This record gives sequence, C-alpha cells and structure tokens, in this order.
Amino acid sequence: MNISIVLILLLAGAAFTFFAGNKFASKIALLVSVASFVFTLYALNLYLNGADLSCKSIWIQNPKIYFSLAVDGLSLAMLLLTTGLLPLIILSGWVTKFENEKAIYSLVLFMAFAMAGTFLAADGLLYYVFWELALIPIYFIALLWGNGSLEERKNAILKFFIYTFGGSLFMLVAFVYLYQKAGSLEIESLYALALTETEKTWLFLAFFLAYAIKIPLIPFHTWQANTYSKAPAIGTMLLSGIMLKMGLYSVLRWQLPITDTAAKEFMPYILGVSIAGVIYGAVLTLRQKNLKKLLAYSSLSHVGLIAAGLYSLTIEGFQGAVLQMLSHGLVIVGLFFVSEIIFNRWNTYTISEMGGIRSQATKFASFFMILVLASVAMPTTFNFVGEFTILYSLYNVNIGFAIVAGTTIILGAFYMLRMYQQTMLGETNTKVFADVTIVEGLVLLVIVVLVFFFGLYPKPIIELITPSLQNILNQIN
Amino acid sequence: MNTLIAIVGLGVFCLVAEIFNFRKAIIPVSVIALLALFGLTITDNLPQVAGDYSNMIEETSFSKTFSSLFILLTALLLVLSNNVYKNTSKISDFISIKIFMLSGAIAMVSFNNMAMFFLGIEVLSIALYVLAGSHRLDIRSNEAGMKYFLMGSFASGILLFGIAMLYGATGTFDVPTLYDASISANTEYWFYIGVILITIGMLFKIAAVPFHFWAPDVYEGAPLIVTAFMSTFAKVVAMAAFFKLITILNSYMAYSYEIVILVISILSMTIGNIMALRQNSVKRILAFSGISHAGFLLMTLLNIGAAANNLLYYSASYALAGVAAFSVLIYVCKNEDDDKIDNFNGLAKRNPLMAVIMSLALLSMAGIPILSGFFAKLFLLNQVISAGFLVLAIVAIVNSMISVYYYFRVILAMYTKDSVKQEVEHGSEFYIVGIVAAVLLIVLGLFPDTILHLI
Repeated sequence: MNISIVLILLLAGAAFTFFAGNKFASKIALLVSVASFVFTLYALNLYLNGADLSCKSIWIQNPKIYFSLAVDGLSLAMLLLTTGLLPLIILSGWVTKFENEKAIYSLVLFMAFAMAGTFLAADGLLYYVFWELALIPIYFIALLWGNGSLEERKNAILKFFIYTFGGSLFMLVAFVYLYQKAGSLEIESLYALALTETEKTWLFLAFFLAYAIKIPLIPFHTWQANTYSKAPAIGTMLLSGIMLKMGLYSVLRWQLPITDTAAKEFMPYILGVSIAGVIYGAVLTLRQKNLKKLLAYSSLSHVGLIAAGLYSLTIEGFQGAVLQMLSHGLVIVGLFFVSEIIFNRWNTYTISEMGGIRSQATKFASFFMILVLASVAMPTTFNFVGEFTILYSLYNVNIGFAIVAGTTIILGAFYMLRMYQQTMLGETNTKVFADVTIVEGLVLLVIVVLVFFFGLYPKPIIELITPSLQNILNQIN
Repeated sequence: MNTLIAIVGLGVFCLVAEIFNFRKAIIPVSVIALLALFGLTITDNLPQVAGDYSNMIEETSFSKTFSSLFILLTALLLVLSNNVYKNTSKISDFISIKIFMLSGAIAMVSFNNMAMFFLGIEVLSIALYVLAGSHRLDIRSNEAGMKYFLMGSFASGILLFGIAMLYGATGTFDVPTLYDASISANTEYWFYIGVILITIGMLFKIAAVPFHFWAPDVYEGAPLIVTAFMSTFAKVVAMAAFFKLITILNSYMAYSYEIVILVISILSMTIGNIMALRQNSVKRILAFSGISHAGFLLMTLLNIGAAANNLLYYSASYALAGVAAFSVLIYVCKNEDDDKIDNFNGLAKRNPLMAVIMSLALLSMAGIPILSGFFAKLFLLNQVISAGFLVLAIVAIVNSMISVYYYFRVILAMYTKDSVKQEVEHGSEFYIVGIVAAVLLIVLGLFPDTILHLI
C-alpha cells in the first residue's frame, strides 16, 4: 500500500473519463475525484497511524533517476487540498455546459494527476516532469473552453505558457547542475549536499525565477490577470486554487532547504518584493471593473503575503503560509465559482452591470458574503488563522514589514466589501436572478462549512504540518 | 555486413519486381522485409573477431543500433510512401532508390575504411538529389533537386579533399590506422587540415549554420515524402556518421576545436529558431527547426566519450517526432497547392486524432515532458554541463523557450481556427505511421532505459 495509488487513480480516471463519452464524462469525473479524495483521507489515516506510504523504484539507470514519492505532513496537506478541491471544481463545472465534455473533464483529471505528483515527488527530475506536465492540460483548457475573443485569449495564454515554461527551464538547469554535484536527484541527497555560497546563490536565483513566475510575484505577474480572466471558470479555479500552490509548496520543499545560505542572504529583498506585491496587487484591485480580474489581482495580493511568510524563514511563517495556502485555495475557488454563477445568469463579468442581487437571491448573497468575509480574513474564518500567523512571523523579522503588510488587510476589506456592495446590494435589479440550484448550493455550502470549521479548529492541520515544517526549518539552519 | 547485403538485395528485388509486374507487392514486401531486418539487426550478436571483408566494415554496437534505427525509420517512411506513389508508374524506381539510400546510410555508420564511408555518403546523397527532383514536371522540385545537387556535390568535394589529406598524411584509408595517427604526436599537420575539411563537409550535410542555406529551399521544393526523408532520416544519418568520424579522427579534441563546435552549435540553435518564427510554410518551419536541432545534436561532440547513447536517444526522438509530424503534414497537404499553416486550420475539429498526433510530435520537439524530446534534451544538458559548458546549456534553454512559440503556432492553428475545408479520407497509412511514431515517442519518454544502454 503506497501513495502512488492516488496518482494511478487520477490518471486512469482521466483516460476512463475520455472514453466514457460526452454523456457520462462529468459523472465519471466526479466519481473519480471523490474516490481519490476518499483515498487521500484513508492515506491520511494510515499516515497518522505511522504507516510508511512512500514508494521508490529506479526509473532511469544513467543518469540515476528514481521514481520516488514521499509522504509527510506537508505533502499530505497539499494532496488533501488537491483532491479535496477537485470534486468541488468538477461539480462546479456541472453548472456550465461545455462542448466536448469528455475532453475537458479528462484534462481536468489529468491536471490534478500532475499536480498531485508535484506535491508527492521526492526526486528532482520526477518532480520537474510533473511540474511541467501540469502546464499542458491547463493550456488546452484555457485555450479551447475560455471566454472572450479568441485572438486575445490566444495571446494571453501563449504568454502564460511561455512565461512559465521558460521559468521552469532555468530550474531544470539548476537540477542538472545539482545532479552533477550529487550524482542523484533524490531529495535527501540534495539536502545533504555541500555547496559553496556562490553556487547556492545562483541555484537560488534559478529556482526563484521558476517559482516567482508561477506564484506569481511582481514583476513576474503580468501573465496572471489576463489568463485568469480568459480561462473558463473551471480552469481559473484549478489555476488559482491549486496550481499557484505548486510554486509556493516548491519554495518550501526544494528552494529553501537546498539553497539555505542564499535564502538567508536574500531574505530581506525577497520579503520586500513579496510585500510590494501585496500592496501592488491591492492597489490594482481597487481599480478593477471586471469581477474576474478583481479576484485575480486580489489573489496576487494574497499570494504575496503567503510568499512573505515562506521567505521569513521562521516556523510561524511556514505554518501561516501553509494554512493560508489551504484557506486561500478554498476561498478563491468559492469566489470564482460565485463569479461564474453570476456569469451564467447574466452573461457578464462587469461589476457595473450587476447590483441588486441580494433581494432576489438571498441564499446566494449569504454564501457570497461569507466568502468575502473569509477572503478579508475575518476572525473565526480559516483565512484569519493563516494571515494572523504570517503577520506575527513578519513582526518577528521586522516590524516595518508587518505594519505595511497589515495595512493591506484594511485595503483588502475595502475593495472586497465595495465589490460586494456593487454586485449584490442596491435596488432590486430589473433582470431576474434565480437563486442557487442544488448543485451550486452544495459546492458553496461545503466550502463555507470548511472555512468555518478550520477557522474555529485549525489544530488538526497545524499538527499535521508542523513536524515536516520543523524538519525543513532545521535543514535550513 | 549481412544487413547491408540483405538491404542491397532488397533494393535489387524492387527494381526487378517491376519487370515481373509485381508493382503492388513492392511496398508491402519491402516493409515486411525491413521490419524483419530490423529485428535481426537489433538482436544480432556482434562478431567476436573484428574486421572482415578486407576491413571495409566494422560491426560494433554503435553501427548495430544506429543501423536498426535507420531501418525502422525507412520502414515507417515507406509505409507513408504507399499512398503517395499509388497512382504513379515509377513506384519501383522510387522505392528502390530509397532502399539503396538506406544501404548508403548503413555504410556510413559501419565503415572501417574511409573509402567505404565516402561510398556510403555518396549513395545517400545522390539518391537524395534524384528524389528531390523527382516531381520532374514541377518547377520547384526541379529547382530543389538542382540546388541540392550543386551545393551537395560541392560539399562532397570538400569532404573528399579532406579524406585525400588524411591519405596524404598517413598513406591509408584504414580507420584504426587513422585513429592511431590522430593520437600520435608526430602526425603531419595536413592530417588536421583534412579533419577540418571533413568537419566542414559534414556540417553541410547536417545543415548546421553557417552551411544551412540550402536546407529551407530544398525542403520546400522537394516532394513532401522526400522532405520527410531528408529532414528526419538523412539528418540523423549524417549526424551519426559525423559523430563516428570525430571519434576516429579527433577524439582528443583540442580546446580551439571545441570552441568552434560550441559556437556553431549556438549559432545553429539560435538562427534556426529565430528564422522559424516568421515562416508560414510548415515545411520551412520544420526545416529551420531541423537546423536548430542540428545545433542540439552537435552538443554531443563536446563530450564525445560518453555521448553515443545520448546521440542515439536524441536522434531517435527527433526522427520519430519528425516522422509523426510528416505523416500528418502529408495527410493534410496532399491535395493542396502549398503547405501553409492555414491548411492546418481547424484540423482538431475535422480530424481530432491527426491533430493529437501532430501536437504530440511538436510538443516532443519543443521538449515538453513526458515525451521523449524532453529527455533527449535533458540528457544532452546533463552531459554538456558535466563537460563544463554551462553557457551552452543556458543558450540551449533559451532556445527551447523560443521554439515553443513556433511549434505552438501550428497547434493554435489546429485547435482555434475554423476550417473552411471538408474532410477527405486519405487512407489508413497516415494513421498507422502517425500512431506508431507518437506511441514510440511516449514509450521512449516513459522508459528511456529501453534504448539508453544499447551502445
């Protein structure tokens, strides 16, 4: 019994969905995603009982590459995020009628497979393969099922692809270089490697390029807003909910422990960049007229904060960042789903064309309100736990950073509440807005319940992730 | 040697088959025979005692594996030819020329004597000159044949001059003696002039910058199936022969020679990619991408002792991706006047399977995991960095990035544009070849070890 079963499940599920035909594709995809989630929970249970779930076998003889998956609290938390969000994302797709459903759902499952692999891989090359593999399905999902004019969409998505592909190639060079030094790309041997400080600096920068584009941090963020707004909702959810976290997770797993001294040396600058991103994202969000773009820029601001938590190199920063990764994943998926619900009804993302929905659809408005409050990190929500911990860690590093980052919470509250006001409140709109259907309600309900549950009781997650984060921190120091 | 004899015999059979009116059987019989030969060659045990047939031929694991690769490629391309030559009366000529070409290719990787090498390269080149001009009523095909012949014979001249220099310096064509001379301290200096001339001749054959000008024009003018042969088969043959020549003549490379190869490699990659960006003809895109792949292949020379397997892997994945791409290209452009990207518009709607095959081929060439093109590039990078050329690795990376742009232009055309044309059925050969090549790309990517230890 090892963790590779979840990967096999997702991959086989992708193939099965494709061959099931358009009629059954969405149902089979949902079934597969729920099965993989259940399996992940089972694996979690085994892990907590002390079972070893990792698997390792030789893949390529020379250069020596292993097919090696490792499980610790951190990777399990990310796997839970992936397989947990997946049924919600697929269910949210039920609302929209796609052309050629078998293709899109099998691409979604394939992407989940690649992302889950990224979180589990314990060999540098295997990790890289999964990392790149996740790009292809999202490229086609955004290209073929996206919205807006085809010409603009093509350019936005090609830009996204070339940016991320280009960034990761530098990571590949870094891995090849590490291979020359260590004779293997297994994570333990990379951790054990003694490198000079100059080497670490260059490796740090090569990794940083890949991750800064993926996360994204300014000034590498220019692909983000356009891609988010052009991709179909299901693709945006995958991108913002899970794929962003690949970059953040990799910082923690690969970049910081391998290039420890450089990480310490660069810490103030990277913190500066991250926090600049927090403010920059927030300021840009203030001026957005398109709901999806607004959410994209607010996401930019949030991930800036998460990155700051990671690069603060403290245990609180790590904990806060991982908690925030999970909560941001949940909430942003919910928010993009809300925007998709409005789009399905009224065929617009423009905020000024909305308004007066609350009086027509009270349940919908309540869900939306809770998500907005969670997004601005109201206490009792999951986001508050993460954000608070990150700010605390920043305060320990430098009080200035904490103050600057803290003010953006106020800005965040301002733009999110104003957005809510403009879209939901006001006089009853003349256009009819039907309240949430059962499927829509179910997705939103699950998200809202989880947001509150972990907001009030984050202990199980903190206990799950802390030992592995502590290991990583020990590796860095 | 047995392989070589069998292939020449097969060529003769194809010629004679026409006399006895077996035209229809030519391609099936040749393909089956080639597949059988492929099996025999790859499982062949190497002779314990090296050297037979007056030391003209040497059988090593290098020659064995590369011969197998060439036979496989020829078999795939011959299956494609079936549809192309269906309505011509010249079928036996064309097929036998291709099979003789294969015999030349095998001579080029298993020679043990420079005369044998030159014989091989001329058999290959002359066959290609003829094939490039084989649409004799088409002015562009004539131009391609003529251009290729003039440039190619010039290069052959330089090559021959280089071989003559070697003879002048050592008094022999025998490969082991030449190898001894190349590492001995008191070799005449014109030996090295000979090496340089041979290098130039081979750089021409693999279409590396600055000897690449013929490639786009010839590729564009030649009939599609011939372009397929030139850009996949001929390129890897020339590169394998070049590799073998360098291992014989210059295995302890001087630093200055390494720098020259490095610069040519960088130039080929960069110029090939940049020129490909603005092409509208798919053949020209593939021609320029072939030039940039030649740059990648040249990297193998920089760590020559350990690179043979990487060269095999890269050659196989590049050539198979090329075969898959050409099977779709011929399918799409068969009844068209030209091969503009526009012909691919809406292919994903008209024929999803073909669009997937083309995408896989292009993604593999661009170096996206899990396809074998990624691992091919990875192994090269690994080897180049271990030889200490980090800069070259970074240039290669930047080039991979650029190449995504033009490969994706074709993919975008297939998936996002609307088609004006109706789908016409063209026969199953294209599917067979395309699927076999695409599956091989994935299998080689998933299990690189299968061919990584053959040499």
